[in-house]
Amino acid sequence: MTVKGALPGGALGVETVGMTMRFGGFTALDGVSIAVAPGSFHALLGENGAGKSTLVKCMMGFYRATSGQLMVGGREVEVPDPRAAHAHGLGMVYQHFTLVPSLTAAENLVISRDDAPRVIDWRAERVALAEFMGRMPFAVPLDQPVRALSAGEKQKLEILKQLYLGRRFLILDEPTSVLTPDEADEVLGHVKALCAAGQITVLMITHKFREVTAYADTVSVLRRGALVGTGAVAELTHDAMARMMMGDARLADPAPRTGTPGAPVLSVNGVRASDRSGLKDIAIDGLTVRAGEIVGIAGISGNGQMELMEVLTGQRPLAAGEVLVKGAPYDATREEARIRCVRYLPEEPLHNACAARMSVTENIAFRTFDLNGKGTRFWLSGREMRARAADLVAAFKVKTASLDSPMASLSGGNVQRAVLARELTGDVDLLVISNPCFGLDFTAVAEIRARIMAARNAGAAVLLMSEDLDEIIELADRVLVMSEGRIAYDRPAAEADRAEIGHHMGGHA
Amino acid sequence: MSDGDLGLWAIPIAMLGGAIRVSTPFLFVSLGEVLTERSGRINLGLEGTLVFGAMSGYAVAYLTGSPWAGVLAAAVAGSIFGLFHGLICSLPRVNDIAIGIAMMLLGMGLAFYFGKPYIQPVAPDLPSIGFGWWSDLPQVQAALRVNVLFLIGIAAAIFLWWMFRATRVGLIIRVVGDSTDAARAMGLNPAVIRTLATAAGGAFAGVGGAYLSLFYPGSWNEGISSGQGLMAVALVIFARWNPIACFWAAILFGGAGALGPALQSVGVSSGYYLFYAAPYVLTLGVLIATSSPTRAVTGAPGELSITK
Repeated sequence: MTVKGALPGGALGVETVGMTMRFGGFTALDGVSIAVAPGSFHALLGENGAGKSTLVKCMMGFYRATSGQLMVGGREVEVPDPRAAHAHGLGMVYQHFTLVPSLTAAENLVISRDDAPRVIDWRAERVALAEFMGRMPFAVPLDQPVRALSAGEKQKLEILKQLYLGRRFLILDEPTSVLTPDEADEVLGHVKALCAAGQITVLMITHKFREVTAYADTVSVLRRGALVGTGAVAELTHDAMARMMMGDARLADPAPRTGTPGAPVLSVNGVRASDRSGLKDIAIDGLTVRAGEIVGIAGISGNGQMELMEVLTGQRPLAAGEVLVKGAPYDATREEARIRCVRYLPEEPLHNACAARMSVTENIAFRTFDLNGKGTRFWLSGREMRARAADLVAAFKVKTASLDSPMASLSGGNVQRAVLARELTGDVDLLVISNPCFGLDFTAVAEIRARIMAARNAGAAVLLMSEDLDEIIELADRVLVMSEGRIAYDRPAAEADRAEIGHHMGGHA
Repeated sequence: MSDGDLGLWAIPIAMLGGAIRVSTPFLFVSLGEVLTERSGRINLGLEGTLVFGAMSGYAVAYLTGSPWAGVLAAAVAGSIFGLFHGLICSLPRVNDIAIGIAMMLLGMGLAFYFGKPYIQPVAPDLPSIGFGWWSDLPQVQAALRVNVLFLIGIAAAIFLWWMFRATRVGLIIRVVGDSTDAARAMGLNPAVIRTLATAAGGAFAGVGGAYLSLFYPGSWNEGISSGQGLMAVALVIFARWNPIACFWAAILFGGAGALGPALQSVGVSSGYYLFYAAPYVLTLGVLIATSSPTRAVTGAPGELSITK
């Protein structure tokens, strides 16, 4: 398959030829040739570490490929740096937002232009922006600081920015990982329409088969740095794509649900606390999690889940109410957590549950380094910590270069596994989890969900907050919805209705 | 009421005059610090830059006979200090706060070393404009004798505010200060921009120093600065990194600084020296009042090492 030229609407065809990237002795990318036809929507599938990011970084000029060529519009081009890639019409929307939070949307757009004027005539720029927005399929508020925008609006603005800059080949790096399902469908639908109109060509990195099937025309699959399959989406089943992605690896089976709920472990009564902005408050009148049950809290991010997590971890002071664990007031001190066997897996564990620059061994020892079986110890035992870390790293399949590597050097899935290893070892009576599978590939997701289910089956009370409704529905015994800092919905999983949950998540039910 | 005897009215008038006189170095140093911090770097060394600016400004004014040549020299000296700070901080694994403290001590040490011969000589003063012509009270006329640098400081505050809003340079500085990743994705080099912003910030602090030695108090000695360079850092936080707010904050701090002398001037003879501590108490109060255990400071540039 060869790709030539560009469409009259502007969409560019891009092709990599034998792209190889070596970091020292490690081959991250091995002779990958991918052709993306102008005006097509091409999906790039692969597990974490399969080389997807390396490939697009080579295309965008962040890395210089060890060997191989890049063809843009049918001609071979050199991209020594991102500027050169931009000049050829290539643009990238990153997984993490690259908008500047304190600048308004309009300021973000104007300053990202290479020819931004020395003195900005805001009146003229505003007219030009309004005209540009008029031609676009979706709009975002231009005069608010970007930090006030929702995740969906930010993602739209990222894409608008690329179009505003005249990019004709867009790389989207997991563009929907921060969006609700509805937002994801809206954004991808518009992107697809732009492709169909011949205005842009899209290469999208993703883990989600649903999005591949619904939006992509063609797909390429990478495994361990090599291209293992490519073809039209219409001709591939989910199973075929999964087999290509994983090779011989097997998914952990969903753990069966056993046992029935026991006594209440966590009770949150009449709790009031202010939210991050300090302007609104969260109010949890009654929330009970019993032993041997998973209570799932669904909801769009920013509706108080983070604050509830902070209340439970003792990071946020209470204005009123009480948190009881096993019937006694709980202040989330380290000692209370240890005695009552409360464990946490907060979202973004690298920031919220780890010391990023400390070693894997030390991070795994956080719960136990000062215990010696009877009480607390003064002198630490490096040998015991290492032995324990080595056991847990092996048991939880944490991939790390060495036990002494800093936690920050691990990939997202491995940080998650390492924290789970720490939190799930020993007696666990209450497990509080927030977005455990955010941004992970699906082998890691299946494994982590199986471990959560196993903890439940072993009698732990589990409170699971997640923005991923599928995850809640798969795992929870009871489904709650949090909206505007309140619990808006509470049903046993068997009676929960997806559409009704969706309405409550949207805040209009 | 006889001419020259205003009773208690003398206090607010003296404070107003004092605020205008004392606030100028605060204003310049804080504008410099705003420029530096908006680019995502903190320069605690501005106290040293201020003192060195005072010395070099005084020396050059004395040698050339022109106070404006002194101001220029102070600005150049300040920008060299800023550039030096910026370059060191661009190296990997360098902490800008530690370097700032080292630069503060270096600046003061160099100023004392080179400034020894200039303690005795008298350099020409900077000109000032009398805005008190409408009153025949000498106190009012004295209070409204406004130095040209103060007016330049106001113009600079307005200019910086406009620059951050409506110029490419201003937006680029804000981008770099708020998100290194976004800046890199945009093809900017954050280290270079921060270094230049730090150098420009140093120039502002140098001019603030020249004001100290060339107008008020108006002579060079080793005790010329009483921590204005350090207080300006607190003032920037108080002003939420907004140049216009810096002006009002500088007036407030200047007024607090003038409280002691004002009380002394009306004949309060005991305890007035306690009021000399007013700016320091105000600094503490401001820092406590604007702090919060649960919220990050609003308006802070995202890349600033103290607020990260």
